[in-house]
Amino acid sequence: MQDNSTIIQCQNVNFYYGNFRALTDVTMDFEQNRVTALIGPSGCGKSTLLRLLNRMNDLIDGTRVEGRILFEGRDIYGNEVDPVEVRKRIGMVFQKPNPFPKSIFNNITYGPRLTGLHRKSDLEALVERSLKQASLWEEAKDILGQSAMMLSGGQQQRLCIARALAMKPDILLMDEPTSALDPISTAKIEELIDELKKQYTIIIVTHNMQQAARVSDCTGFFYLGKLIEFNPTEKLFTNPDEKQTEDYITGRFG
Amino acid sequence: MKWRYLKQNLFFLMVRLSALTIAVAIGAFLFYIFYHGAGVISWSFLTEPPRDAMTKGGIMPAILGTFYLTLGALVIALPLGITSAVYLSEYAKQGPVVRIIRIGVNCLAGVPSIVFGLFGLGLFVVFLQFGSSIASGALTLGFLILPTVIGASEEALKAVPRTFREASLALGVSKWQTILRIVLPSALPGILTGSILGIGRAAGETAPIMFTAAAFFTPLLPKSIFDQVMALPYHVYVLATAGTHIEETRPIQYGTIVVLVALVLGINLVAIVIRSWIRKKKRW
Repeated sequence: MQDNSTIIQCQNVNFYYGNFRALTDVTMDFEQNRVTALIGPSGCGKSTLLRLLNRMNDLIDGTRVEGRILFEGRDIYGNEVDPVEVRKRIGMVFQKPNPFPKSIFNNITYGPRLTGLHRKSDLEALVERSLKQASLWEEAKDILGQSAMMLSGGQQQRLCIARALAMKPDILLMDEPTSALDPISTAKIEELIDELKKQYTIIIVTHNMQQAARVSDCTGFFYLGKLIEFNPTEKLFTNPDEKQTEDYITGRFG
Repeated sequence: MKWRYLKQNLFFLMVRLSALTIAVAIGAFLFYIFYHGAGVISWSFLTEPPRDAMTKGGIMPAILGTFYLTLGALVIALPLGITSAVYLSEYAKQGPVVRIIRIGVNCLAGVPSIVFGLFGLGLFVVFLQFGSSIASGALTLGFLILPTVIGASEEALKAVPRTFREASLALGVSKWQTILRIVLPSALPGILTGSILGIGRAAGETAPIMFTAAAFFTPLLPKSIFDQVMALPYHVYVLATAGTHIEETRPIQYGTIVVLVALVLGINLVAIVIRSWIRKKKRW
């Protein structure tokens, strides 16, 4: 936990939707147990990059990746790599809370059950641990059998985080996880991110620059598919190297 | 300004009249049938085989036959239709091949049912030597309702939110498991809804079973799926056209139709109940 070694390396990554080049020559390293924020205007490629990291873009027809993305030194786009295995180790939380139409308990145990966890006591312990990690345990412990659809938006999003954590991933990708939530729920999730980075590496895409400044250690600024600047958050927001970054964070465009 | 309201009212009137026409038509149809046929219905009519050159007695073998044929058609069409739909909407790469398959399915839906009957006669009865039997009839009816089931299943699968799939896949769950555990359960009510239409059609069709399954008259109940059966729609057809005592059997014809309509409505009702039960369980 003390070392901040690199866990993911992107090397000259290009990405195409058909003929449209969404990412151009992105090279950046993500460090372990850090929160890295990706910011930039809509359509700048930050979400695309995030979805590349656990191969979610595989689901879209007509896309193409160039370059290498190394996870613990192995190219996750290598021929012998099973995307399902990649996604087990690199979890994801989406913009809109997307719990399954199942009970809270079954939402969390859905993934682990399919990977071989069946003992009732193990599952119960896992549910408790995951919900505690996502700070939802106090609110949910008495209604585990109820449908997840009955929870509020903020609770649903924390359930989705708990669900991702139940797979015991190394990395948690968050794609604008609070953009559909009210300020109080947002604050809860931000606190949670602070707590989670002790155990997990977190990469978060956000439209909210204050949020990036509050929660992240490092920030990457994207514009038109290019990584313009990648620096420690404090430096990027107070003394950016690039003019474009400064224009964006001071609200001159975007 | 008055004119605008008048136009609006006129339009509403037309809309209402259209809806009313349908309701009246259905009501009149049901009333007519039940008026003529309800009197015939009795316990013995439902539980006894026909007697005296089918001018007396009941229609039990035909009820049972239609039940078997419909059930058989479902057993064939549901798995085949659902898996085809899963392939088309989840696995197949969208391209010319899929388009051709889709066009094929749509064409199949438009093929006249007598053609299905002849196809069944050629393939199942003669070539595969199933004879005129429940097996041949159920297979023929199964193919007849296959396009309905595929179409409904595809629509239902498409209606499952993409976010469910993404959520499951992002957990490191395989595509197959995602389809099995998340997508199909969510799509099930829709699949059932569509299949209801198929059930009604399978139970009511005469042409496909004429050459493949239906017996003119057999007081015996089938012992295996390779036996011939009587069937309600065919029974009506026989009594009304081919019998020697057409006038005498008129009440039985109406009675048979009442039973057929009631049976189809009953099957639909069961499916609707199952569907709403599943929906309630899901709560979203």
